[in-house]
Amino acid sequence: MLGTHLTALHDGDPAGLADALDVAAGFDDALTRGLARVGETDAAALAALAGAVAATPLADRVAEAVGKVTAGSVAEEHLAVLAGARTALFGAAHDALLARLDAALGRERRPWTPATATGPTEVTADPAGARAWLHELAVTGWRGVDHELLAAADAPIESALATLGTRRLAVLLDGLAAELRACVPVATMPQVPSRRWADLWSRGMLLAQAGPVTPGAVEPVSGRLLPLAVDVHEHDTAVQVQLHAVLEPTDGSPARLVRTAVSAAKVDTISGPALWQLLHAHPVLLTALAERRAVTVDDLPLHGADLLWHDDAVRPGEPADPFATARVLLPAAVASAAPPLDRHPAVLAEPVLLEGYTVHDTDGGLELELDGQRIAVAVDRLPSCGPVTPELVAGSSACLGLARWDAGRWLVQPVAVRSTVKRKVVEVHNGDWACGVTDPKVAKAEARSGDVVAVLRERAGRLLRR
Amino acid sequence: MTDVDGAAQRRSAVRVVPPARPRKLAKVPFVELADGRLQGVVSSGSDIERVYVSSVTSGTHAYHCSTNNNRPCGGLRGTPCKHLHALADEAVLQYGVDRVVRYLRVEADDEVQTGAQLMSRLDARHEPTSAAVVFSRFLRHLAYLELPGGTTPTPELHWFPATGAGR
Repeated sequence: MLGTHLTALHDGDPAGLADALDVAAGFDDALTRGLARVGETDAAALAALAGAVAATPLADRVAEAVGKVTAGSVAEEHLAVLAGARTALFGAAHDALLARLDAALGRERRPWTPATATGPTEVTADPAGARAWLHELAVTGWRGVDHELLAAADAPIESALATLGTRRLAVLLDGLAAELRACVPVATMPQVPSRRWADLWSRGMLLAQAGPVTPGAVEPVSGRLLPLAVDVHEHDTAVQVQLHAVLEPTDGSPARLVRTAVSAAKVDTISGPALWQLLHAHPVLLTALAERRAVTVDDLPLHGADLLWHDDAVRPGEPADPFATARVLLPAAVASAAPPLDRHPAVLAEPVLLEGYTVHDTDGGLELELDGQRIAVAVDRLPSCGPVTPELVAGSSACLGLARWDAGRWLVQPVAVRSTVKRKVVEVHNGDWACGVTDPKVAKAEARSGDVVAVLRERAGRLLRR
Repeated sequence: MTDVDGAAQRRSAVRVVPPARPRKLAKVPFVELADGRLQGVVSSGSDIERVYVSSVTSGTHAYHCSTNNNRPCGGLRGTPCKHLHALADEAVLQYGVDRVVRYLRVEADDEVQTGAQLMSRLDARHEPTSAAVVFSRFLRHLAYLELPGGTTPTPELHWFPATGAGR
């Protein structure tokens, strides 16, 4: 990423973005107060939401839903339509922002394509309990959330966890419920994270719909996978490691920018480097990350940008430096669009390489400056399971990161840095500790809390099957 | 629109709740602030098969401790037993003293730093409650470790970035 790229990125907001976000904010405030009794302000906000999608195929259904909800009849199906309208707004924001980023970087992107042959439609369970809970939340409003309402989330979450095909919903609801639980009584919070909770609520509402979703096209791919960036996601009961990489297909077609994710269920007391132990079912991936190696993949299914990992179809390859991959292969690698329903500015995570910058430590946090252009550093996205720290970023000369957008600005989330420590140049990557902590000081600190995974497994073995 | 205009309101990926701090789990494998109680499970020091279920209610500060089979803890003699003290200690480690104090609605000053100091500020009395609810929440907690992992991406987890480097 060069200064000119940053200039292009920051060249005013995409047209209509601010308006779309204002409309959404009005809806989010209504959700904060609850839809049981829609006042004048919230009625206007709902009408604005209907207005924003008036030129789309959603128009009639949203207008009807807004009418009913404003009149006090808040049915589940109406809420689903409102969630759909809000999702459409953020989907459009995502597309506008990503188009801006792609144009700035000169990144080519393949459009999303639906699957041509429709296979047998999978019949998944109907998550009616989850829908009912989300309905109750919307009627009550964030300000009214109490212990009783949260206790009612347990059953739908448990059932979604146990059912194949609703894991995404379960993970989302579990994260949201835990957050609300920690914030009760919400009424006394000085500020409610209204966009975030409305994001999660809308996403949950759509994931909890029973109908089938058009699947994307799948292509089997083989070739050499060169790791770029490790992104770690975590809440109390889930962890996901997402690897962004360049795939060089064996058939000689252009290199692709892809990503692959592995995840595990966990509990809140498992955190830090111990998280990697939960992903032990993917030894080839962990080894490739820890040893910074390429991976040979054989006939893995690629859904758009998402490569579905299978440890049996991959072999560790020769050492591969992610910085070199980013410098040499990333600029020409072809990216892929996300599935339509997944689009939201919060899922934007585009690998970028920044070099030759100066670091500024400002009141608002770290910023990188290139040719007079600055970009903020998302230091709160540095995971405790990896060695990259704010200090290393502050002293860095090169940074591999993910371009992100949140709260009206672009940020870079560092995933690897080149820094000078005690006059020696070191490179540290998020995935360095995938096979165990390599820093003796951190390893010692870890040893103090003992093997938490083993303790809990022992307790589970002794107490669960009674 | 509310007139509160903080950046936090307009952020999608903000960590609302700080992650649990690392602690040893051998003695107290489970602690939570839920259902209006500080509650958890304490492993028996003498019998590996036995666990105690301990809880302190928010506001009233009523406490109880029993085995998971509802047999009252022998250590409860008008004052909280050692299991309740262990629970308070580990809760302070896991959540930080501020969060525990706020959740239990304890009138505490800056001098309260440890679980023992916290327990001494409770206007506490013993009030039996059923161990079943807490124990089944513990079993549910443990059951997460038995869920299979996956390789299907969960885009929703982008709202939940891992954080806390170098802590």
